[in-house]
Amino acid sequence: MNKRRQLEERFFRLCMVLSLILVLSVLVAILLTVFVKGAPALNLAMITQTPKGGYYLGKEGGIANAIVGSLCLAGGATLLSLLAGLPLAFALQREYSKRRTAGVTRLVLDVLWGVPSIVYGAFGFVIMQYLGVRASMLGGILTLTLVILPFMVRAMDEVIRMVPLELKEISYAAGATVWETSLAVVLRQALPGIVTAVILSFGRGIGDAAAILFTAGYTDYLPRSVMDPVASLPLAIFFQIATPIPEVQQRAYAAALLLLIIVLVVSLGSRVLGQRLARNILH
Amino acid sequence: MPHIRLRDLEIRYGKNTALRGINVDIPDGQLTAIIGPSGCGKTTLLKSINRLLDLYEEVQVRGEVQIDGANIYDPKADVLELRKKVGFMPQRPFPLPMSIYDNIAFGPRMHGITGEQIRVRIQQLKSQHLVEAVVGPAMSGAAPGSPMDLLVEHYLRLAGLWDEVRDRLREPAAKLSVGQQQRLALARALAVEPDVILADEPTSALDPISAKLIEKQFRLLKATYTIVVVTHVLRQARRIADYVMFMYLGELIEHGPAQQVLTAPRDERTKAYVSGEIS
Amino acid sequence: MGRAWGEMGTRVIHSLRARSRQDRVVAWVLRIALASVNVLTVLIAVGLLLKSMPILRTQSLGKLLLSSTWKPLQSQFGLLPFLSGTIATTVLAMLLAVPVCLLSAVYLAEYARSRVRNWIAPVIDLLAGIPSVVYGLWGVLVIVPAVRVLGKALGYSTTGYSLLAGATILGIMVAPIIISICTEVLRAVPTEARETALALGLTRWEVTRHVVLCSSRRGILAAVVLGFARAAGETMAVLMVVGNVPRVPSSLFAPAYPLPALIANNYGEMMSIPMYDSALMMAAFVLLVVVALFNLAARLALLRFARDEQ
Repeated sequence: MNKRRQLEERFFRLCMVLSLILVLSVLVAILLTVFVKGAPALNLAMITQTPKGGYYLGKEGGIANAIVGSLCLAGGATLLSLLAGLPLAFALQREYSKRRTAGVTRLVLDVLWGVPSIVYGAFGFVIMQYLGVRASMLGGILTLTLVILPFMVRAMDEVIRMVPLELKEISYAAGATVWETSLAVVLRQALPGIVTAVILSFGRGIGDAAAILFTAGYTDYLPRSVMDPVASLPLAIFFQIATPIPEVQQRAYAAALLLLIIVLVVSLGSRVLGQRLARNILH
Repeated sequence: MPHIRLRDLEIRYGKNTALRGINVDIPDGQLTAIIGPSGCGKTTLLKSINRLLDLYEEVQVRGEVQIDGANIYDPKADVLELRKKVGFMPQRPFPLPMSIYDNIAFGPRMHGITGEQIRVRIQQLKSQHLVEAVVGPAMSGAAPGSPMDLLVEHYLRLAGLWDEVRDRLREPAAKLSVGQQQRLALARALAVEPDVILADEPTSALDPISAKLIEKQFRLLKATYTIVVVTHVLRQARRIADYVMFMYLGELIEHGPAQQVLTAPRDERTKAYVSGEIS
Repeated sequence: MGRAWGEMGTRVIHSLRARSRQDRVVAWVLRIALASVNVLTVLIAVGLLLKSMPILRTQSLGKLLLSSTWKPLQSQFGLLPFLSGTIATTVLAMLLAVPVCLLSAVYLAEYARSRVRNWIAPVIDLLAGIPSVVYGLWGVLVIVPAVRVLGKALGYSTTGYSLLAGATILGIMVAPIIISICTEVLRAVPTEARETALALGLTRWEVTRHVVLCSSRRGILAAVVLGFARAAGETMAVLMVVGNVPRVPSSLFAPAYPLPALIANNYGEMMSIPMYDSALMMAAFVLLVVVALFNLAARLALLRFARDEQ
């Protein structure tokens, strides 16, 4: 009897380990494929040049337009999200809103975070149509802001919520107002978490394609004004992989590698930076 | 030979030594209370007897815990058999996510008990005349039920819970009060027919009335089971214990019959604790 | 901020008043900002609904959702192929992903040492952070050819761009969400529960199956629903491997055409055909409502689970 049960135990443990190995090996496979395919195609010209004539037939040029465009889009959206999101994260705290209101808004934000980015893209498109604006960097940034704002607010909200009450009480006892305490004590204590949230949001923003498909457009030129269309890395990959010309497909691989490197660096960077900043605060 | 013998037991959590130099034979058929200030290793000692420390990381156990002469930390030891022999009640009762009935039947079922085995066991239980349970209506044949029904009823009676739950056996156990849940935990532990019952501050989460009920059941049960209770309530130890072990900072300072340890302790530290100078 | 501390009494009082006024103003601004989030949510739904009104006026919702004729040039906008495409890819993705994810989560929560767990958690996060086009690219390079070979071996003539390819990519993409939420949910089950069951003489797996999984089933269901919602809305990766033929998929190896892919593929031409944009916005609206409801249900279940475990 016990033998059979021990055997069952071992069988399921084996299944678990195999499952986990499967998941991890898929990750490794993705990283490997992109590196192996992308590395040979990645060179200085790819990074520094914009598409030249005949680029889409395999001639000279690079994807500098997409790199710069993506950095602008994700950077702009992250900045806007931070400006709007930090006050929102504070507004969710019990000093500023009732438990119920905060609870409902948290729920709404979680649901918004789950809304597909293609829906945000469609909504952005509707608004731009209504205003008579064509696909532009501004449109892309605003739509992307909608995509990453809920995530950023909730991430910041969680770290701000973790600030111990005792710490705030010390500040109140010293005569500071709620807002002064928020700025001087809470913000400083939560800063590592907030930095992590911001960097991760940037990572999410730069990888998103569906939201900017309608709203940011695409162009072979470097962005000059926020009202002009702008290229982006995800869309560069998407468009170039669809062509039948091998040289152009090569560039999709290179763009994918570049995007992956950015995302990896962002992911690792947020962790390292978060930990480094966390040294200065008490836990 | 006593069921439980601890030999040079030393337990470490990472670099911290939680217990050291524990040597004791826990007397059978008695209620042993482990007392001492909080953080002195009482719970660790208790859990080591059931290998529940396996759940925690970086626990190192040296020395031996012998149950019926076999060291349970032997790599070849059958942990399942061991745990069947040694029941455990946690500090906070945790009803399994199922009905009251299934909470009791769960252990026997998992161990693959057959109807025939249940019938044999019921015969044995009848001859024990442990509590009035054995002559209950179902047991005396008034209400025919499956063998498992009889078993469930028996253990619920042993835990002093039967009268309160007899009409709601199919309700989820989570609906019981905390005091009832704790007695359910007792019944559930008894249902796998252990020789030993370990209880980790079983009354600390309960109101005084429920605590009294648990104590009452322990007093009834100690004739047939070896019971080890961790408690930080000195008065409780005085009420129920036959044998007392006093722990202090991870060491077993003194152990002996309750009367002796609680009224005429030999060690200064025990004296200080028993007199209430330290707590 | 604290500049007035040691100064003359009157000035302190004066500035105290100013400071508490500032405090009240800030509180109001923040409350208004918070309310605007909820307003924005409604605005998104209403905006898409308004855009889909024109087509809803000409055809009934039931006909739009249940007709399988998709001929935009003849103003026939039956969404059934796309709805069935979404449902088929998503359900299949969950069938592939859930067992593996659940087993992985159980391992991480119940068996793995904390060092292993702390090492794997960031790796899972990394998997979640990979952009969807990169998944799509990998799908084109690896999954599609693999499905083609498998299909041929089983006697289907297929390009590999198929329902199965889409579902596989989706399954991989939702795995990190399901694993991390499940792990969290399982770890919220109190240790006492495990001790109690273990002390009855159960094996670790029996404890997991009968006690831990049972008491956390609501949380696990929520994790699965969240994964499902995420999969239903995923666009680019699926679009790149699923084949995009507007027909109700007939087999695993046949192409499918989920809703998000429909929206993404046709934004270019939708302005030139009457009612086309309205039909697409209605598709977006349907997607929004379905995904939001699933998310809402899952989040509420998770909140309830967290409350019960306390």
